[in-house]
Amino acid sequence: MSRAHYSIFSVLRESLRGHTGWGPAWREAEPKPDYDVVIVGGGGHGLATAFYLAKHHGPLRIAVLEKGWIGGGNVGRNTTIVRSNYLLPGNIPFYELSMQLWEGLEHELNYNAMVSQRGVLNLYHSDGQRDAFARRGNAMRLHGVDAELLDQAAVRKMVPFLNFENGRFPIHGGLLQRRGGTVRHDAVAWGYARAADRLGVDIIQNCEVKGFKREGDRIVGVETTRGYIGAKKVGMAVAGSSSRVAAMAGLRLPIESHVLQAFVSESIKPFIDGVVTFGAGHFYISQSDKGGLVFGGDLDGYNSYAQRGNLPVVEDVLEGGMALMPRIGRVRMLRHWGGIMDMSMDGSPIIDHTPVSGLYINAGWCYGGFKATPASGFCFAHLIAHDQPHAVAKAYRLDRFATGHAIDEKGMGPHPNLH
Amino acid sequence: MATPGQGSGTGSQPNRLETGGLVDRSRIVRFTFDGKTYTGHPGDTLASALIANGVSLTGRSFKYHRPRGILSAGSEEPNALVELREGARREPNTRATVAEVFDGLVARSQNRWPSLDFDVMAVNSLLSPIFVAGFYYKTFMWPSALWEKLYEPAIRRAAGLGRASDEADPDTYDKATAFADVLVIGGGTAGLAAALAAARTNARVILVDENATLGGRGVDDGADINGNPAHEWVRTVEAELSSAPNVRILRRTTAFGTYDGGTYGAVERVSDHLAVAAQGVPRQRLWRIVAKETVLASGATERPVVFGGNDRPGVMLAGAVRTYINRFGVLPGRRAVVFTNNDYGASTVAALKRAGAEVVALVDSRAQISDEVKRIASEAGARLLLGAVVTGTLGKKRVTGVTIHTRTGEEERLDCDLVAMSGGWNPNIQLTTHLGSKPTWNDKLLCFLPGTLPHGMSLAGAVAGDFTLGKTLVGGTSAGSAAVTAAGYAAVSVPVPKAADESDAVAPLWRVKSPNGKAFVDQQNDVTESDIELAEREGFRAVEHLKRYTTLGMATDQGRTANVNALAIMAEITGRTIPQTGITVARPPYTPVSLGTLAGHHREKHFKPTRLPPSYRWAKENGCVFVETGLWLRPSYFPRPGEKDWLETVKREVTTVRNAVGICDVSTLGKVDLQGADTAAFLDRIYMNGLKTLPIGKCRYGGMLREDGILMDDGTVARLGENHYFITTTTANAVKVVQHMEYCAQWLWPELDVQIVSATEQWAQYAVAGPKSRELLQKIVDPAFDITDAGFPYLGVGEITVCGGIKARLFRLSFSGERAYEIGVPARYGDALMRRLAEAGKEFGACAYGTEALGVMRIEKGHISGPELNGTTTPRDVGLGGMVSTKKDFIGHVLGKRPGLVDPERPALIGFRPLDRSQRLRSGAHFLKRDAQATAENDEGYMTSVAYSPSNGHWVGLGLLKRGPERIGEIVRAYDPVRGGDTLVEVVSPVFVDPEGVRVRG
Repeated sequence: MSRAHYSIFSVLRESLRGHTGWGPAWREAEPKPDYDVVIVGGGGHGLATAFYLAKHHGPLRIAVLEKGWIGGGNVGRNTTIVRSNYLLPGNIPFYELSMQLWEGLEHELNYNAMVSQRGVLNLYHSDGQRDAFARRGNAMRLHGVDAELLDQAAVRKMVPFLNFENGRFPIHGGLLQRRGGTVRHDAVAWGYARAADRLGVDIIQNCEVKGFKREGDRIVGVETTRGYIGAKKVGMAVAGSSSRVAAMAGLRLPIESHVLQAFVSESIKPFIDGVVTFGAGHFYISQSDKGGLVFGGDLDGYNSYAQRGNLPVVEDVLEGGMALMPRIGRVRMLRHWGGIMDMSMDGSPIIDHTPVSGLYINAGWCYGGFKATPASGFCFAHLIAHDQPHAVAKAYRLDRFATGHAIDEKGMGPHPNLH
Repeated sequence: MATPGQGSGTGSQPNRLETGGLVDRSRIVRFTFDGKTYTGHPGDTLASALIANGVSLTGRSFKYHRPRGILSAGSEEPNALVELREGARREPNTRATVAEVFDGLVARSQNRWPSLDFDVMAVNSLLSPIFVAGFYYKTFMWPSALWEKLYEPAIRRAAGLGRASDEADPDTYDKATAFADVLVIGGGTAGLAAALAAARTNARVILVDENATLGGRGVDDGADINGNPAHEWVRTVEAELSSAPNVRILRRTTAFGTYDGGTYGAVERVSDHLAVAAQGVPRQRLWRIVAKETVLASGATERPVVFGGNDRPGVMLAGAVRTYINRFGVLPGRRAVVFTNNDYGASTVAALKRAGAEVVALVDSRAQISDEVKRIASEAGARLLLGAVVTGTLGKKRVTGVTIHTRTGEEERLDCDLVAMSGGWNPNIQLTTHLGSKPTWNDKLLCFLPGTLPHGMSLAGAVAGDFTLGKTLVGGTSAGSAAVTAAGYAAVSVPVPKAADESDAVAPLWRVKSPNGKAFVDQQNDVTESDIELAEREGFRAVEHLKRYTTLGMATDQGRTANVNALAIMAEITGRTIPQTGITVARPPYTPVSLGTLAGHHREKHFKPTRLPPSYRWAKENGCVFVETGLWLRPSYFPRPGEKDWLETVKREVTTVRNAVGICDVSTLGKVDLQGADTAAFLDRIYMNGLKTLPIGKCRYGGMLREDGILMDDGTVARLGENHYFITTTTANAVKVVQHMEYCAQWLWPELDVQIVSATEQWAQYAVAGPKSRELLQKIVDPAFDITDAGFPYLGVGEITVCGGIKARLFRLSFSGERAYEIGVPARYGDALMRRLAEAGKEFGACAYGTEALGVMRIEKGHISGPELNGTTTPRDVGLGGMVSTKKDFIGHVLGKRPGLVDPERPALIGFRPLDRSQRLRSGAHFLKRDAQATAENDEGYMTSVAYSPSNGHWVGLGLLKRGPERIGEIVRAYDPVRGGDTLVEVVSPVFVDPEGVRVRG
């Protein structure tokens, strides 16, 4: 039964026999001596890469190596937001491809990751911000992406629970992407894992890569805690661990690792339908299908590999929250946690070759990694299979910092903690 | 012997014992639950008061809407969650077990419709064969469009527990920081002993406890210390600690998180036990406690046993039963079955018997138990069923009996109205794991104990696995002494109080196999043991997969009564040991914390400070409309009676400046004072243009780059003396520029002698602009100073006095393109100077102008500002390429030459005007060739700034257009679909007024 198709019919059938017929969503694979492609990192991006490699570029013998349990990194600890409301031509087509892949995900994977397009609303609080959002919205529209600029009345109608009366920074309006929304984050990892497994990909958990083996300038395999595994090509998709894993291959990346915290409240009756972001403080919020308010804010600001944050940012985030919606004062924070962001020098990702032949890198997602998952996997698979970048990811070059082609959405410059 | 009261002073509280408990029986408080009025006593929790009143059904479960009652007596409660208070103070999901009753308290059950007793959603129970863990991942996929339209809305309607208030929280929240030599977390017997040992030195000691009263389980169990009831010892210790000047006791305070550097987050519930917080007193206070040493004495939480119907009201943790009897003087049931795998069952039997209840049976899963336990059971008249288990419960909304599977394999039914269960104890190790430490499994105690402790932390009492009262006192005393010694104080010998050591023997029992009915592991999230089996079958075996797939441990109690059982069941199914299966680590907070507490006072208008410019008062008196500019509230425009809109006002202000004179408060611009022998060299390395030749008494426009060659800021540099410079920055970058300079001075070039001081708030600065500006200034500037064009030419700077001896600085600078000055005085004279300028300006027809007119005039002159300085433009992009020195090195010089930054295709600054002069322009519109399709490939740049130009009589704009300066005269589209606009514009020079620049020199 492990290959069971998921549907209401199979669920009903199983309900009649106590659900004893379901098999594992993915096999507990043992490592083989060698593979055509080894993906390092069993997070969302790594699993998606394996899936698209197997689906579009096979037949290939593919393994995903995960040091812990799959989906344990940022795909399992983000604020679940998906959107393609980017500004720059280097980014918009990529994130829009991602959005389109999200839109077809449950059928592509036969797994309901609850892609929920209830809208992403970015608030603006000044004429300058309005014009910046107009510029962004117009750029999106030129790329065929949906965008609407709302005035205050329209925002008030949509999200009446915000503080319109006595805010420090009055709400003037917002930029709305109706197709944006949220996705059940863990299910993305599981859905890709299951679908990749069904296409023959070996997903190997508790298998940490400890080194790369080279012959000349070419990669030939990886040393792991479960022994040596040969590989014709190796793709790295290890997010917050990018600099450490790349260092094993002798590479120094234009990336710093930073802590970003996320938060969830106790479950309350839903009143926030879509995603709302505060334009005058770093705060964004949505409400899950279980009722928890899911929210986040700024980076803690210091470099770290520890998956935890500290109180100053907790307080800063909630100050933003209470400025925007003082009705949540008596709702309680249930958990807060930290993830490690691979912050790049311009706030945009890298999907490229490395100077080591056969070794590919997928990194620098900053805190935009979750929404990028499908397109990241899709484009990384394309790169690994063809040795050529996919059309929508061709700006994500590793050498763009040397050539002056930064993709700097926020205009913050080479300060990773400000992106 | 105490017996349940039937009247006599306890009102209608049928389950209140005649004597016993620490509640204040002399006073009665009234409260309502689901609209019905009950009474209780001060010292009661809502849970104990409901029990006293015979209320056992308190809520409904999340998924199946099963009837639920009170499981525990503490913050681990998964079931008895209520909406507390009403209106703006309504708070969802409050645990009845920790909410103190007060007169007038209003509580409501939640997540039920139409009523708690008759909940239509209980129909979900019938669908439970379908609603298993993770079923939603397998279905609701066809057709796609129905997810947002039908499936998800239905799920969301059913989601959530209580309702948040729909009004702003009216209460206030406070924040405090405290430093301690020794922080003791937990005011049970171990924590009190530790605090006492530490406090007898001079060390600064802070003791926090989450309850209203100290004493913890020692008091809950009604034990004896030094031969007297434990609460008497607690009272003595509390009295000594309260009177010690070096000790702070924080009651009703939960230490919720361990953070880096010995910092602990704690929340003090200052007023939650009152109907309304007193005037000026916060509802809650966030404490940031920084401690050298911390003694964690957080106790332990009892584990339920997983058996059929273990969620039915009337099934309660055995320790909670003792707490209700001993601490609150209430009896949770009259006919009890005690079900356990450990020797604490005996103390529960004894407590029930003492309280006058009938103990039907002690069901112990162990075949062998001690004679002492046997003796207690026998004295209580309880049947002793060894090697037996409870398989199920009878009854609907309250237990009426249990089914037993005996040692010999027989089924038996026992009538009862209370099941007191104990599966052993889990130390409250959460605060030891927040920094990433992994706990270790102890096979003898059958629990996780803390692993490597955070720096400076030690343990005392049950959290260390010392479950017995005697051990908590010994361990607490020595932990307190050790901590205070480690903090650098000479420990004082403290006698260890004496207490009997009860037996803590325990044998594994996680779940009852073949349960009679649903057996719940996580009661709040309705996760059953069969959900765990399903998760295992589907490969979700890693602990984190198990949690995330089944939602186990994700409820408001973070699985405090669920996680270890779940792990043990998974271990049992997979044939692995518990440590092989995994570990549970917690994330902060230990118990949920109100969001308002974390925000404190920084909400609504006080979210951020409001910076007021020096002329604020005067501007307000004169009807000014202000605008938020970062933290500043700047004058935007000054409407006069009869003006119909802002545009008319701004036109008038611009026209006044261009024809007479205007005054504008520009104090918000960043101002930096630099001194030192190497200041000239320092600035020369920071600015992109040459500054070495700047003479004393002159100023110059300057720009600086980031290291990556992108324009960072622009402003002016004035040289006041040989080694004394005064620079201005944009308002937005005032802080950033100082940071940048400090970085350069301290890190890049520490050898340079330069001192940098931000002076933004020290100087009030006004632009006085217009053809009559000098005449106006002449009225202010003291006669000793020559400000004629000969004596004070364009770009001159001088230290002068005004208004009869007030120190001032005068700069001849212009942003408007007119003859203009900026005059600065110490900020304390700012208001007075504004008044004097306004008064003196009357005869010249002067007006005040704000940021709107300022913006119009700078756009008319093609000067860049924030929209052009957007962090992605080079000097060349914005028409400042000519300023960049080729004769020196400076920050950004090298990287600015990268191919991507010198590409001639880059959009560059140029001017625009509408082809149809009556049309309005808008910033943010993108440029397309006149006949090009609206596609991304044809995007050629965008409009950065627009204004209605009174001087030209139509709208003008600045924008970044691909090869812009080469395209003057071309007609392009300004495409603005998000505002419905598509305007044809003509590419023109970016200088719309006085292109020769003659007016500025007068």
